Amino acid sequence: MTELLQQVINGLSLGAIYALIALGYTMVYGVLRFINFAHSDVFMLGAFTAFYSSRAMGRWGFASGGFLGGLLVLVISMAACAAVGILIERLAYRPLRKRSTLTVLITAIGVSLLLQNGGQMVFGVNPKAFPNIFPSQTFKLGGLVINSNQLVVLGVALALLTALHWIVQRTRIGTAMRAVSFNATAASLVGIDTNRIISFTFGLGSALAGAGGVLYGMNYPSIEPLMGNSPGLKAFIAAVLGGIGSLPGAALGGMVLGFVETGVSGTRWSTYRDAVAFAILIGILLFRPAGLLGRNRIEKV
Amino acid sequence: MLELKNLVVQYGAITALQDVSLRLDRGEIVTLIGGNGAGKTTTLRAISGLLRPRSGSIWYEGADITGRPVHKLVGKGLAHCPEGRMVFANLTVLENLHMGAYLQRDKRVIQKELEFVLTLFPRLQERQGQLAGTLSGGEQQMLAIGRALMSQPRCLLLDEPSLGIAPLLTQAIFEKIAELNRVRGLTILLVEQNANLALSISHRAYVIECGRILLSGPASEVKANPQIRDAYLGGA
Repeated sequence: MTELLQQVINGLSLGAIYALIALGYTMVYGVLRFINFAHSDVFMLGAFTAFYSSRAMGRWGFASGGFLGGLLVLVISMAACAAVGILIERLAYRPLRKRSTLTVLITAIGVSLLLQNGGQMVFGVNPKAFPNIFPSQTFKLGGLVINSNQLVVLGVALALLTALHWIVQRTRIGTAMRAVSFNATAASLVGIDTNRIISFTFGLGSALAGAGGVLYGMNYPSIEPLMGNSPGLKAFIAAVLGGIGSLPGAALGGMVLGFVETGVSGTRWSTYRDAVAFAILIGILLFRPAGLLGRNRIEKV
Repeated sequence: MLELKNLVVQYGAITALQDVSLRLDRGEIVTLIGGNGAGKTTTLRAISGLLRPRSGSIWYEGADITGRPVHKLVGKGLAHCPEGRMVFANLTVLENLHMGAYLQRDKRVIQKELEFVLTLFPRLQERQGQLAGTLSGGEQQMLAIGRALMSQPRCLLLDEPSLGIAPLLTQAIFEKIAELNRVRGLTILLVEQNANLALSISHRAYVIECGRILLSGPASEVKANPQIRDAYLGGA
């Protein structure tokens, strides 16, 4: 029983991180119909921004490691990632707007390689120990071991998901995002500058990935420039599992994948956890290509 | 108010519009009639900037608007209600209407316009909270027109409002179009397959064939033209 509860807590915090990254994939897919493979590297940049900004704050004698300091680090990382995401779209994808999706897709892989290798040049290839940006404490509840970082991860993820939901469902720009994702031509006819909405979407998705990177660093305390690969792929699977283009789907897919992965890790087949993730991807593509919450788009002529 | 001068539009090697010139005066309903693939929709898409003309120019309220980005035109009072309605099926009726007033920041103005549209199409009032994708074809057309009206246009480009809609509803929608023109002085460029119906509410008409303007004149004259009667008005 304690074992199970422990796995649930681990699953929740891993799933929350996957969900945050998956949302970026699915949002960009929603407006541009392509997979932004550089997204996982924006996630990596989020972790590194947190690493360096927390160090810089320490040097200026500003307490990082306190709760407010931790929040500040988080906000800085999110803002930096939003800027990077907007810049990537502007420089790499926008000039290819009229080209085929395949061209953009290959470009995205190129951008991803650029960020990874650039990261290795700038940050070095060796793993770095992620600092304690939030006060860390371990509780024992019965036989249950809970780290306060796990609670912070859950709290932050939940707050961000709520904020995103509010932005997308309730604000003018969020409604415009949904309009552009349904029909960009009609959106431009009502006066929506689709390029601005696309920039906004990239910024929003990248900020979430940045937060994901920080939270990941808190739970898996070593970071390096290629760290985005595995969680990025998992989050992509999560987005497909939930139904690419669907925001609730991405959140659900992330949670499901987090649970499955920690569940498998807890058994003696733990070395197969990646295989299980890919088996899920293959299964969903075979039996329910639109994903759990996705709808089949019926193309009307 | 709106004038096309010698417009040429090409899709790759195919010429869709060849030297099209037409003019809309303030307060007019002008209809553009022609068969399938004659270039009616292409003309509207060129005006709103969805297509770039190869040559020629488009003038609106005294300014050359050729090549302006699509989203800039709505703010100038030129709205385009596209073929196939293109309502945002994943948004509610109310959200669709609000998107129509995307550039309007004044909440009171939006509210006033919303009331106007909902009075014009009471059916939309009943369906406010519903997703637009669940509406019938006719209701979607009302929504598309309503959404275009939310931007408070002075000139409306209206593409095939009768497409795929029950005849009775079509009649009702055309009455609303005529009413908008009469009461609000809205200038309308109407593209329509159903030439009889279009001519019945229009002041003037252009007949387009294979990307060229074949003839033009007052609606009654065009209606009486034997050649047009045979080709577009079902003989009789």
